[in-house]
Amino acid sequence: MRAQLSDDSVARALDSQSVETQLRRQDIDTELVGSLGLHWLEPLLQISRDGTEYAFSNVTVSNLSEIVNSLPQDGDPKLSSNFLGSISDQQYLKNQQRLVFDRAGRINPLTVPSSELLESILSSEPKTLIDAMETSGLRGRGGAGFPAHIKWRTVAETTSDQKYVVCNADEGDSGTFSDRMIMEGDPFKLIEGMVIAGYATGSTKGIIYLRSEYPVALEYLSQALELAYSNRWLGNEIRGSSFNFDLEVFVGAGAYICGEETSLLESLEGKRGEIRFKPPVPAISGLFGKPTLVHNVITLASIPGIFEIGATEYANLGIGRSTGTMPFQISGNVKHGGLIEIPFGTTVRALIEDFGGGTLSGRPFRTVQIGGPLGAYLSEKELDTPLTYEHMEEIEAGIGHGGLVVFDDTVDLREQAEYAFEFCEVESCGKCTPCRIGSVRGKEAMRQFKDGVDIRTYQLVEDLCDVMEQASLCQMGGMTPIPVRSAMQRFPEDFRRRGF
Amino acid sequence: MRLIEPDLGTPAPRIEDLPKVTVSIDGRQVEVESGTSIMRAASLANVPVPKLCATDSMEAFGSCRVCLVEVEGRRGLIASCTEPVQEGMIVRTQTPNVEKIRRNVMELYISDHPLDCLTCSANGDCELQDMAGSVGLREVRYAEGSNHLSEAIDASNPYFSFDPSKCIVCSRCVRACEEIQGTYALTIDGRGFESKVATSADSFIDSECVACGACVQACPTATLMEKSVIEHGVPDSTVLTTCAYCGVGCSFKAELKGDQVVRMVPYKDGMANHGASCVKGRFAWGYTKHPDRITQPMIRDSINDSWKVVDWDEAIEFTANRFTEIQQKHGRKSIGGITSSRTTIEDVYAVQKMVRTAFGNNNVDTCARVCHSPTGYGLKQTFGTSAGTQNFDSVREADVIVIIGANPTEGHPVFASQIKKRAAEGAHLIVLDPRMIDLVRSPHVEAALHLPLLPGTNVPVMNSIAHVVVTEGLLDREFAQERCEIDSFNEWIEFITQDEHSPENVSEIANVPADSIREAARLYAQANNGAIYYGLGVTEHSQGSTMVMAMANLAMATGNIGRPGVGVNPLRGQNNVQGAVDVGSFPHELPGYRHISDDVVRQQFSDEWNVEIDPEPGFRIPNMFDEACAGRFKGMFIQGEDFLQSDPNTRHVEEALGSMECVVVQDLFLTETAKMAHVFLPGTTFLEKNGTFVNAERRLNRVRPVVAPACGLQEWEAVQRLANAMGYPMDFKSSSDIVNEIASLTPIFAGVSHDYLDEVNSVQWPCNDAAPLGTPIMHVENFARGKGLFVTTEYEPTTERTNRKFPLLLTTGRRLAQYNVGTQTRRTPNNTWLKEDQLEIHPADAEVRGIRTGDWVAIRSRMGEITLRAKVSERLSPGVIYTTFHHPSTGTNVITTDQSDWATNCPEYKVTAVEVLPANHRSPWNGQFLEREERQKNLLPAGG
Repeated sequence: MRAQLSDDSVARALDSQSVETQLRRQDIDTELVGSLGLHWLEPLLQISRDGTEYAFSNVTVSNLSEIVNSLPQDGDPKLSSNFLGSISDQQYLKNQQRLVFDRAGRINPLTVPSSELLESILSSEPKTLIDAMETSGLRGRGGAGFPAHIKWRTVAETTSDQKYVVCNADEGDSGTFSDRMIMEGDPFKLIEGMVIAGYATGSTKGIIYLRSEYPVALEYLSQALELAYSNRWLGNEIRGSSFNFDLEVFVGAGAYICGEETSLLESLEGKRGEIRFKPPVPAISGLFGKPTLVHNVITLASIPGIFEIGATEYANLGIGRSTGTMPFQISGNVKHGGLIEIPFGTTVRALIEDFGGGTLSGRPFRTVQIGGPLGAYLSEKELDTPLTYEHMEEIEAGIGHGGLVVFDDTVDLREQAEYAFEFCEVESCGKCTPCRIGSVRGKEAMRQFKDGVDIRTYQLVEDLCDVMEQASLCQMGGMTPIPVRSAMQRFPEDFRRRGF
Repeated sequence: MRLIEPDLGTPAPRIEDLPKVTVSIDGRQVEVESGTSIMRAASLANVPVPKLCATDSMEAFGSCRVCLVEVEGRRGLIASCTEPVQEGMIVRTQTPNVEKIRRNVMELYISDHPLDCLTCSANGDCELQDMAGSVGLREVRYAEGSNHLSEAIDASNPYFSFDPSKCIVCSRCVRACEEIQGTYALTIDGRGFESKVATSADSFIDSECVACGACVQACPTATLMEKSVIEHGVPDSTVLTTCAYCGVGCSFKAELKGDQVVRMVPYKDGMANHGASCVKGRFAWGYTKHPDRITQPMIRDSINDSWKVVDWDEAIEFTANRFTEIQQKHGRKSIGGITSSRTTIEDVYAVQKMVRTAFGNNNVDTCARVCHSPTGYGLKQTFGTSAGTQNFDSVREADVIVIIGANPTEGHPVFASQIKKRAAEGAHLIVLDPRMIDLVRSPHVEAALHLPLLPGTNVPVMNSIAHVVVTEGLLDREFAQERCEIDSFNEWIEFITQDEHSPENVSEIANVPADSIREAARLYAQANNGAIYYGLGVTEHSQGSTMVMAMANLAMATGNIGRPGVGVNPLRGQNNVQGAVDVGSFPHELPGYRHISDDVVRQQFSDEWNVEIDPEPGFRIPNMFDEACAGRFKGMFIQGEDFLQSDPNTRHVEEALGSMECVVVQDLFLTETAKMAHVFLPGTTFLEKNGTFVNAERRLNRVRPVVAPACGLQEWEAVQRLANAMGYPMDFKSSSDIVNEIASLTPIFAGVSHDYLDEVNSVQWPCNDAAPLGTPIMHVENFARGKGLFVTTEYEPTTERTNRKFPLLLTTGRRLAQYNVGTQTRRTPNNTWLKEDQLEIHPADAEVRGIRTGDWVAIRSRMGEITLRAKVSERLSPGVIYTTFHHPSTGTNVITTDQSDWATNCPEYKVTAVEVLPANHRSPWNGQFLEREERQKNLLPAGG
């Protein structure tokens, strides 16, 4: 008998480690795996015996013996209520197309994968790799959706004695967790992506800027890096090639703003996390003034998949210029929260209803915020919008990092708008005035609206949103008006005139 | 000179000679270098864009967002400070949307700013106020909300206050501290709305802040404001002049209200300082109006008599009579004069001319005797010029910077900032100093090597570095062979390759690891550009001249001479010590470093001065003292120098002065020396002078009168009257007359006049027909002496050695807040930082003697004993102790010795064998000092 138990932050938060102790105490051969992203089922335990797989959800110390004892004896089924059947039969998984998360949740995160792909890539021309990236149409998964190949080409073509690949693992958006899940579930995916990016751009040093709130990811990444070095995935002459690449993890200090690439670079340099102006872009002058390829975790982790299935094949996934797959993350007031990797183009409704199963409370759906705390609130009417960069832009929304937070009809959008400003107030780096002071004034205006809206202040908020949008130094201040405006425009009933 | 200078918003692009691009700004075509910001281009096109966080003295920052413009073909608004222009760019600085957004940004600023403009200290000189007007802000629509209006004021610094309620968080102060000063004392603390300017401590005074004032100058509001402006109001006129402290020679704008100086602001286009300053030049000028200042001439028969205030005529007559009588009685050579390195070349020239004409001898010397005379000698021997080889800006191109026996962050702070900046850019620093000075390690600076050599072992270490260069084949043979005297080179090679100079042998003498010596040699010799900067830690030794020549040898052997980024450079102490020596202050040299025995040169002066000049060199300062003690030297005219505090072996100086019949002191205050004088002639402060200072880089800077002389006469005028009264007709009508005479007689100054300096700002000598714009870098094609001369530099150790009785070596230096003997700085709030001299001692030496920080200790040498307070510090190596000589009551020079440089008599201040013990009472000398001070104070006229 062999057991596979989830061991990511979610499972651990649900006390999976006690379950693990219990399993080992019972001498059950247990392998820890990442999460498959079916969060409502965690901690998830899969037991294989005699070639048959049995999956159990929500395993706890108290129901563990019942579960183990419930396993069929001599074809005598007496399975517990937590029995799920085979995990592969879950519709939630069957309806996905996983390229980034193909292994996560199925393997021990510290399994060194086959190096066949990596070796063949390291023997090809860097330029052809960049061309392939262009063909694939991969766009940055961190939020901005900037075509990856342009950064690659810029870094590659900028002359310098040192270039860097920096992975932005400062996943700070509320309702997002795909970066964490890949780092906890399949860190080699990220490492492989970074080595390829380094090789293609001529960078010999990589740094993963990891948010301090991810201790489990740090644990797995650190061990994975050691294994990568000992298996010559990193270091000198990687896998028999002439390419050298070093990779390390740098743990941040808890600032949301360091998820913005220039602040992140400042922080890496040991300075206060504060936005740098552009130009120059980091691809020309980044870390310590050297050309630096900065990508989000998922962007980098998407790279091996592109080369595995081929750039053209990858580009055929999705719609238009939104190519490939995107690991969406759905949470909030939803029955089946979790990670859903699918090609771009599925509708918002499909995610919320087909995957998510509607609200957890059972009350009517009211809104969903897409793309983190600076994303737009959508109304029911917009749920049939396909999830692509272009379609979302049409409705003044964005995909961001792929997080969807669902709300039922008890939500007060005025409060949400206030929260948007307040978030900006707390998390702004404080460098530029629109963000530093504007956020506070916006919050104060929203509080005034509690007693009803007066036209003068409403107009002032409009002006404030204009200033923040047009004058802020970075997207922190620039995007704060998005949730605010979407709330005011789509849910005017939550902003009632004074005296009404 | 304009009070507020134009500010183009961002500096010129760093890379020069880029192709020009043409852009259109509001329809005006302007051609600028590529890399120029839109903001700068707009200013150049006379279309200034509103700005708050931008200033052309610092890199663009992009935080205030009031400088937004529209660019055709680009989405959204563009910050003009951070966006470089591109060929054909079409910029609109004023559109309805731009106007609205700017106004609304300003509205946000003002929603967290007190509305007290009328009573604000920056009223009329506030960029926030100006910009609010410029963008047309008419109302603040936000209801009263969170703000910082009740933040407390930090007035802990004596010179400026910090009022965070007025702060707009533009970071200009933080950036000034980083980019201009390089101290990194300020930061923005907190995030978002809680972002605040902060130091590492609770107040400015307790932080690493060095009070250079860069932040105050950078502040666009009244947040950081000079207390003098708060007291008097914003200035309404300005005079460009030169700081009178150290040899950096910073240009300052003296800003006035009426004849009240309100503040001193470093001048952006000052060639030595480029808008930077230190706490002394920026703030410590209050002594000019200190009640201790004496502004009327005084005379007395004996030094135990009360002073009698007299008018100029009586003072001059009294002095002339006494000097004449002395000469009649004791001979022509029984009197002499000392020129001051603190005053102008015009004043100095007058004194040496008076000595050589009216006195009829060459008994003239100056304080360079006790500081950089070995520089003059050593560099003249090897290169042919008694001065440093580079301009200060040269350091911007140095890749390896060697700092020897100098502590620039304390002694030459503005130049130290340039070094730090260059180090932060990646240049390697090598520090040779017994102490761990700040340049060894401070924020964003870490020396590649620190060689904490024993005091007195400069020469063997430098020889050893050269030994490694030669034996490891790191020589620039081509340079040495083409540019230097080949015989001297070969001879030197033979000398330097001897085994006694090997790092292994020298490491035992100097207590420095052999590997460090080797690494230093390799780093310096293999640098593209290796530069040497040094201070009194090189010269004030019995082998001072040898060491200067050893450094010159090394520079020649490695080809580090004659271009930007290299050279051998003294960091000279006094504002005009270079100039004082340039214009003939030494007893053996006529102006322009021509030997007195040179008949042709002497004849030129004789012809011009209409007098026979003695072909024999006169007395040096120590000779004068010795002669005085022997009863042969009886009268001395001392222009602004305080030997009794500054020269070694105080008791000997005291005896010499006491034995003279007429000591004349021309000074601002009753200095220690003046307390032993018979005539006191009041002098002028730098704010009252009209003339020229020559800084350490040979730069002639104008000193312009800001206020009228309190005593009625410039120093040279008093000197001229004295010369006339003694029978020599001197007839300068103005100080510019004097410069004209200097120029006519001195080839290196041939092209100089006040008018020319006013026109070109400043020049570095030689300035003549061959180099009308002056000479930033010397010895470019040829050495001044033709071919460079290698000199073998045999090490002759000092006889001042430690033994059982005197087991420690004392070395002396100075600190940032005080200047030299402190005559000026002690009369300013700079005392806040250093109220008294302290003895620094290593914990190991302190522990065995039972000494803790703050304890009184007695230091005893073969010469005497003094008491002062101890400070236990790991900056020193065990066995070496350190103190300063800023306060007369310390009497540091009571214990220093008579040892001096073999060539120039420069005293060996830097090595004294001593013992230190805990003390519970003052030393006898300290007691006598206090007694004399009390007695002499009582001899001053009432109310004087």
